[in-house]
Amino acid sequence: MAYLCPDNMADAFAALERGCVSVIAGGTDWFPQAGEVLPKVSLLDVTGLPGFRGISRVPGGWRLGAVTRWSDVVGADLPAAFDGLKAAAREVGSLQIQNAGTLAGNLCNASPAADGMPPLLCLGAEVELVSRRGLRWLALAEFVTGVRRTARAADELVSAVFVPDLAAGTVAGFRKLGARRYLVISIAMVAASLRVEAGRIVDARVAVGACSPVARRLSVLEARLEGLSVGAVLPVDVASLAGLAPIADVRGSGEYRLEAVVEMVSRLLGDLVAQGVRANG
Amino acid sequence: MDNFRAIADVGFVLNGSAVRVAPERGERLSYALRERLGAREVKIGCNAGDCGACSVLVEGDVVCACLMAAHQAAGKRVETVRGLLDGAQGRALVASFQDHQAAQCGVCTPGMMVSAVALLRDVPQPDAGQVQDALGGVLCRCTGYRKIIDAVVAAGSGAAAPAVSGGVGVAMRRLDGLAKVEGREAFGDDVAPEGALVVKVIRSPHPRAGFVFGDLETFIAGLPGVDCVLTAADVPGRNVFGVIPAFVDQPVFAEAEARFRGEAIAAVVGSAEVMAAFDPASFPVTWQVLPSVQTVAEALAEGAPLLHAGRAGNLMCGGFVKRGDADAALKRADVVVEARFESGFVEHAYIEPEAGFAQVVDGRVEIYACTQAPVMDLDSMAEILAMPREAIRIVPTAVGGGFGSKLDISVQPFVALAALKTGKPVRMTYSRAESMQSTTKRHPSAIHLRIGATQDGRLSGMRFEGDFNTGAYASWGPTVANRVPVHASGPYLVPDYLAQSRAIHTHCPSSGAFRGFGVPQSAIAQESLFDALADKLGMDALEFRLLNALDNGEPTVCGQVFAQGVGIKACLQALQPAWETGKAEVAAFNAKNKGLRRGVGIASGWYGCGNTSLPNPSTIKAGLRPDGGVVLHQGAMDIGQGSNTVIAQIFATALGADVRDLLLVGSDTDVTPDAGKTSASRQTFVSGNAARLAGISLRAMILERCNAAVDAVLRFDVGVVEVTDGAGVHRVELADLPQDAEGYVMRAEERYDPPTLPLDANGQGSPYAQFGYAAHLVVVEVDLKLGLVKPLRFVAAHDVGRAINPLLVEGQVQGGIAQGLGMALTEEYLPGRTENLHDYLIPTIGDVPPIETLIIEEADAHGPYGAKGLGEHVLIPTAPAILNAIRHATGVAMTRVPATPSRVRAALKEAGYE
Repeated sequence: MAYLCPDNMADAFAALERGCVSVIAGGTDWFPQAGEVLPKVSLLDVTGLPGFRGISRVPGGWRLGAVTRWSDVVGADLPAAFDGLKAAAREVGSLQIQNAGTLAGNLCNASPAADGMPPLLCLGAEVELVSRRGLRWLALAEFVTGVRRTARAADELVSAVFVPDLAAGTVAGFRKLGARRYLVISIAMVAASLRVEAGRIVDARVAVGACSPVARRLSVLEARLEGLSVGAVLPVDVASLAGLAPIADVRGSGEYRLEAVVEMVSRLLGDLVAQGVRANG
Repeated sequence: MDNFRAIADVGFVLNGSAVRVAPERGERLSYALRERLGAREVKIGCNAGDCGACSVLVEGDVVCACLMAAHQAAGKRVETVRGLLDGAQGRALVASFQDHQAAQCGVCTPGMMVSAVALLRDVPQPDAGQVQDALGGVLCRCTGYRKIIDAVVAAGSGAAAPAVSGGVGVAMRRLDGLAKVEGREAFGDDVAPEGALVVKVIRSPHPRAGFVFGDLETFIAGLPGVDCVLTAADVPGRNVFGVIPAFVDQPVFAEAEARFRGEAIAAVVGSAEVMAAFDPASFPVTWQVLPSVQTVAEALAEGAPLLHAGRAGNLMCGGFVKRGDADAALKRADVVVEARFESGFVEHAYIEPEAGFAQVVDGRVEIYACTQAPVMDLDSMAEILAMPREAIRIVPTAVGGGFGSKLDISVQPFVALAALKTGKPVRMTYSRAESMQSTTKRHPSAIHLRIGATQDGRLSGMRFEGDFNTGAYASWGPTVANRVPVHASGPYLVPDYLAQSRAIHTHCPSSGAFRGFGVPQSAIAQESLFDALADKLGMDALEFRLLNALDNGEPTVCGQVFAQGVGIKACLQALQPAWETGKAEVAAFNAKNKGLRRGVGIASGWYGCGNTSLPNPSTIKAGLRPDGGVVLHQGAMDIGQGSNTVIAQIFATALGADVRDLLLVGSDTDVTPDAGKTSASRQTFVSGNAARLAGISLRAMILERCNAAVDAVLRFDVGVVEVTDGAGVHRVELADLPQDAEGYVMRAEERYDPPTLPLDANGQGSPYAQFGYAAHLVVVEVDLKLGLVKPLRFVAAHDVGRAINPLLVEGQVQGGIAQGLGMALTEEYLPGRTENLHDYLIPTIGDVPPIETLIIEEADAHGPYGAKGLGEHVLIPTAPAILNAIRHATGVAMTRVPATPSRVRAALKEAGYE
């Protein structure tokens, strides 16, 4: 058992193949889950791997390296479509967590309340996986398959998140509902993005976290929104949340969560429509 | 062959110096810094990134050292608070944190300081909002955060407070503040000698379970580095402890059956290295899960399992106060209101988990641990160890918050038994989960209350019934049961009153002492119904309270009459301006807003200082050395509230010396007399009086030497006391005077015990020598659709008799309000579900709004210089004031705390809100 901190992919793959390793990046989920006892496995630290950190412009979109930290996201110069992701980044735990926690770590941890999921779902993000077999990309919704479950194979690592370009004029936002101001695990959270063209809502995307095993887009609502006049009443109701199945726990009842989502989505969309009107007429 | 880098040795730069360590895989940076590099200023509160106490800078970025693998520091620049003190930001913060008393217990302070330095480097002159964002990751349980915000803003703006020092009434810095701010304060986990063994406790994972050990010999033999296992069989004395003699019932190690989840059944002692990898789940024990009772209703049900023989129906005890005829008065009342109220377990959530170590020195056992009650610890340990008291020494460390829970023993028996069995120093630190599972909680309550009033607004009958879930063992449950009926009337004239309480055992953690001993729960019921009553009468809520508020010369519900010092009216009157502007403000806001509604609420509170009708003495000793040094032996445990400073200020005034000239000796059962426990708001009052008497006594000895006048001025110089009076300057030469065994040429030791009288069968008598009084006002904003309640500002009026140190008064008030806010809105401990600081939600720096403190000084005849206790009072009115404000905003009365968003929203819907 050892602490492995490879600086090249070949060593990383070898470590994975050896088995009995646990992948660690920012540590912000790894350590709380490890508890008070030293682990009986080797640790594979992926923070030193080439190309794993940083945000770069690539053909057709943006590449966010797997171990890009939340504070990197906050500080990056990115189009307005990323405003939801940035807002989510600022709401992750605390500065301490934002300075250590990573994008891919958040996705691989596969918590129903992962802060990165709703905005990345709205961005149409794809997860880049690397192994000796090469690279493959999975839509984010296909990557996270359940509570604490992902489609990452045992010999793979998440190397980046790819975000395809969104049309200019896209505005985006994020709201998190918690019982206190900082260090919040959300009761519910919503992300949305849209454009306003010729007085109508175009390409509206809405995603909700902490209300289903995996955060998800609201396809019924998105369809209702498409082409809607900006002056129209926003068609957000419980029926438009099809697919959500919030549980009741210490943070709130399932009924409360659904109602809160309706309200949060309405408020966020209202703000985004106004913003979209200003941006695009 | 592995061709990747397997790192063993890690080098980095710590506070400017190159260091190398060889951590285990998966070892936290916080552990490496503390245990391998001696950086004990890095505090560990949760090991989960929830509290931020371990914050350090890595390459200038603030991170939690508990969430970073030590290996990840390789090649990096790591800074702890000790490395930041000499920088411009560090220097400014050190001064400003002291000026504002931004540190109380001091255990979160290193994390706050580190986060603040990172902020000031980026934003040299931050505003309050920027400070909140930057410090949002560090939890504080003492201060209520406002002083911290003020201190960081002031450090940025360069505003310096004038340095003041002196005796009674001076808003001076804490005498022990510098060490806290610089991270030098030594808490329970900071004092163990290098190489000390570690003891870990095996705890029940079930609320109730029988258990049988496997082969312990084989287990020990199979784990090299493990020294021994401890079980009930290893307890040489009585395997039982407790705090109320008639109710002592808790085993150190359960025998045959565990009565709550988290109860200790055994302990394993071994080297630090081995114990770091030891998994308690590997311990050889077989559990037999048994039916348990979790709630009062379950515990009272027919056929419910009994927790303790001799406590039929799981009823531990009750309390009773009767005055006049409540039922008759309710019958003749013009209006009557009644309701049921519920509250859950509340966790103390101090940032320092229980910790300490023990060693055997010359056949005596010495226990160094965080505690609120060193002499009670000694009493318990003498029984458990079957050792004479003289053979035990309790040396309290600094205490990183207590709030009542550290009155009970925790690590003490484990480390002491282990040290005695192994002959080596043994240390122990509770994990956060262990601390939350196994230590005491605030009692959950179920209260039924009826109150009547006549048309003229006068109270006419009050009937209170309260059931309290006291958990598996007695702890301070009897105190809660006794105190509640005495206090449940609130500070009002209630001639016809009946109150009864019951403490019921369940298979839950023991409920014990927590700031207010049950009074915060009863105040929620009483103060909430007062608003309902005022409404029904068509009266203003403040006017109604003023009309009924207790006055000098009027009897309490116990029939006790105070001729002076009843300050509740003054507190309520002080709130009048804020009440009027508050009402106008929220009306204007509500006229313009739909989704958000604001309300203003008030509530009162009172609390009798010291033990209820029981002896409650404190002793303070002081000595004058031949070199002119005045030594104050100050045994009143400072758990952050400030007794180290307050007691010294009182003593200095009584003696006529400058407080800065005193040499302070802290609590240590070998050298400092018993100043009682730090609880029940008694230290300023009781120990303060002992300090005053000691000061007067020492002063008299000095004056007697030179026959000086009583109003003479003393000046302590090297080897001499200069005494100046109308007749001139007298010099009392000290060098030639005979010294006593402790090397003092003069020595004063004084005891004070507050005058109380027993309560009779109807709870009539004089339970306390003094009460303190309080009234809080809060403005809240309710988000109607989301059920979110946001307090916007508080105004708190407190009658403290005499503010010994006004800055400390403000600190207590703000910290108490933060805890009351948590109790009202977010905090609920659910055994097995919220055993960490991310599911159990205490307020963060963004949740406590500005707090204005109005200090009322209705001098008390018994208090030192008129002073009254304050520690509990600060929390009591907060929660009901918030509930009343919610009601004012929405018309909806919340009867269950915490009023979480989900519960508030449900109540709003039920009341017909969309």
